[in-house]
Amino acid sequence: MTNLLQVQNLKKHFPLQKGFIENLLAKEKAFVRAVDGVSFAIKKGEVLGLVGESGCGKTTTGRLILRLLEPTSGDVLYKEKSVFSHSGRDMEKMREKMQIIFQDPYASLSPRMTVGKAISHPLAIHKLHSKTESKQVCLDIMEKVGLFPASFLYKKYPHQISGGQRQRVVIARALVTNPDFVVADEPIAMADVSVRAMILELMVQLKKEFDLTYLFITHDLATCKYICDRVAIMYLGKIVEIGPLEEVFKNPVHPYTATLLAAVPVPDPKYRRTQPIPKGEIPSPINPPSGCRFHPRCHAAKAACSVHEPELVEVRQGHWVACDLQ
Amino acid sequence: MKPILEIKDLTVHFPINIGTVRAVEGVDLELRQGEVMGLVGESGCGKSTLGFSILRLLRPPGRIVSGQIIYHGQDIVTMGEKEILALRGNQISMIFQDPLTSLNPLFRIDEQFIETLQTHIREIKKDQAFRKAEAMLESLGISHERLLEYPHQMSGGMRQRIMIGMGLILSPDLLIADEPTTSLDVIVEAQFLDLLNQLRKEFDLTILLITHNLGIVAQLADRITVMYGGRIAETGPAEAIFQDPLHPYTQGLLASIPNIRLDQPELKAMPGSPPDLVDPPQGCVFHPRCPHAKEICKQERPGTFSKDGRLVRCWLYR
Repeated sequence: MTNLLQVQNLKKHFPLQKGFIENLLAKEKAFVRAVDGVSFAIKKGEVLGLVGESGCGKTTTGRLILRLLEPTSGDVLYKEKSVFSHSGRDMEKMREKMQIIFQDPYASLSPRMTVGKAISHPLAIHKLHSKTESKQVCLDIMEKVGLFPASFLYKKYPHQISGGQRQRVVIARALVTNPDFVVADEPIAMADVSVRAMILELMVQLKKEFDLTYLFITHDLATCKYICDRVAIMYLGKIVEIGPLEEVFKNPVHPYTATLLAAVPVPDPKYRRTQPIPKGEIPSPINPPSGCRFHPRCHAAKAACSVHEPELVEVRQGHWVACDLQ
Repeated sequence: MKPILEIKDLTVHFPINIGTVRAVEGVDLELRQGEVMGLVGESGCGKSTLGFSILRLLRPPGRIVSGQIIYHGQDIVTMGEKEILALRGNQISMIFQDPLTSLNPLFRIDEQFIETLQTHIREIKKDQAFRKAEAMLESLGISHERLLEYPHQMSGGMRQRIMIGMGLILSPDLLIADEPTTSLDVIVEAQFLDLLNQLRKEFDLTILLITHNLGIVAQLADRITVMYGGRIAETGPAEAIFQDPLHPYTQGLLASIPNIRLDQPELKAMPGSPPDLVDPPQGCVFHPRCPHAKEICKQERPGTFSKDGRLVRCWLYR
């Protein structure tokens, strides 16, 4: 299988806003290093999970891939062409094939647009169908994502439907242009517990039906298990471990991955944690720790860890880890 | 163990312009001395309303329509304003979901501790209160120097620890924790649960842990109560609820949540969505989504049945 998407040493540094006086006096500008040298590839038909705590840069990575943000440096190749090289018309064509599902189905739907209008909006933008055709295409996709009865819901406004249905509308809108690649940014985080499984199931089923490739961004490792083929663990703007899902879950190599896995609350009192979780929290990405970024929290850290920045090294087939201790 | 708090047939309504939201309907709940009771359910099931009712902190138009909340022999529902003020913080305290909105951004942490202490204990001196706050920070695993900082200077996890410290500074015996970890990341959440477990022993606490996260109750709770549509579905020991859930709603819920340790290949989604509490379904509120629904479920509301010493509100166990 060929790589559908290739991310190469991607970086995004946001300049920090400062006051006027500080600007006059300070020589150096400060940056939030949200994404700081991320590389990975996604094969056609694969689901890659991008996992990390809030502020680790996972959402920024997703947005850079779709060029919703311009990178500081690095590149994203989609079907072997850089997404940052396109302009105007080409960019529009590319966006048709690369879509995104946002986390918050309340914020990402306009309260003034009916469900039908919201879903067919991308068709109008990309001028894919005539008006009458558009409606039929829209009704078809609504049925596919489980919005029944489609012709009834078509005329409804977002406040008239349930949270689960809203997320289905957001999914339908992303899929209506018939994309190949979808970035799903925490698609179930806002949903109710009993609705989450339904959305997840729907995404798995749609993936088969539309032959999709996903980048699945989440903070929840347990969810990954049901949809991802591979996972990448991010910490402070860098990928610390990437590999096949089962392999990473069964044999986590990076100490951060191991801590993350141990912290997941298992819904069964049989698996109560007996060891306390090590103290410490994710530091600020403004001035990240030197060397390995995890070293101040790492139980196995050695002196060298604070100096040398580890590179991703293949420890087993397809399983890469950025830790000097391995 | 004797109960520290007994809720009997509690009903809470919110009259609004389109009708009445029946947020809590005929709920019975018993908290035993020293236990952690997990109160679980989805958003809108009435679990937070129940928590707020215990301290009479319901926002208007919400009001307790009927029922009793017995705490150490006194009924909180009929208590006077003065008595309830004496109860809040001193004996029962509550921590909330979002620590950023619960702390005052304009005051330093020490000032907020001192204010809490001086409001409740008239005769306490400022330096005494300060020392008490220092000792509390020690228990929370935070350096006492940080007392002089403002909330915005702290991380989310630290703010949540400060919140629980404020809740415990007057040494209450009952703590109501309403979604205490929802705004926290998974590692910080686990650290917070470790802390809660430690404080529970240190302060000899009874905890009502309100959450939608079954993983968290599994980690901490001794007993669990599951709520659905403003009513109790079932109550029982934590192990029993997870191993052998009685109510079809609990069964569905457990099959639909991801479990990182299980080799279950896929999740089983529950059809339908939670009920509209302005116009709840007749009979059992869960019957439109229930795979075992019979005729009686559509007609009559199930009473409480007991099975192996556990309580469940479902006609299947009549």
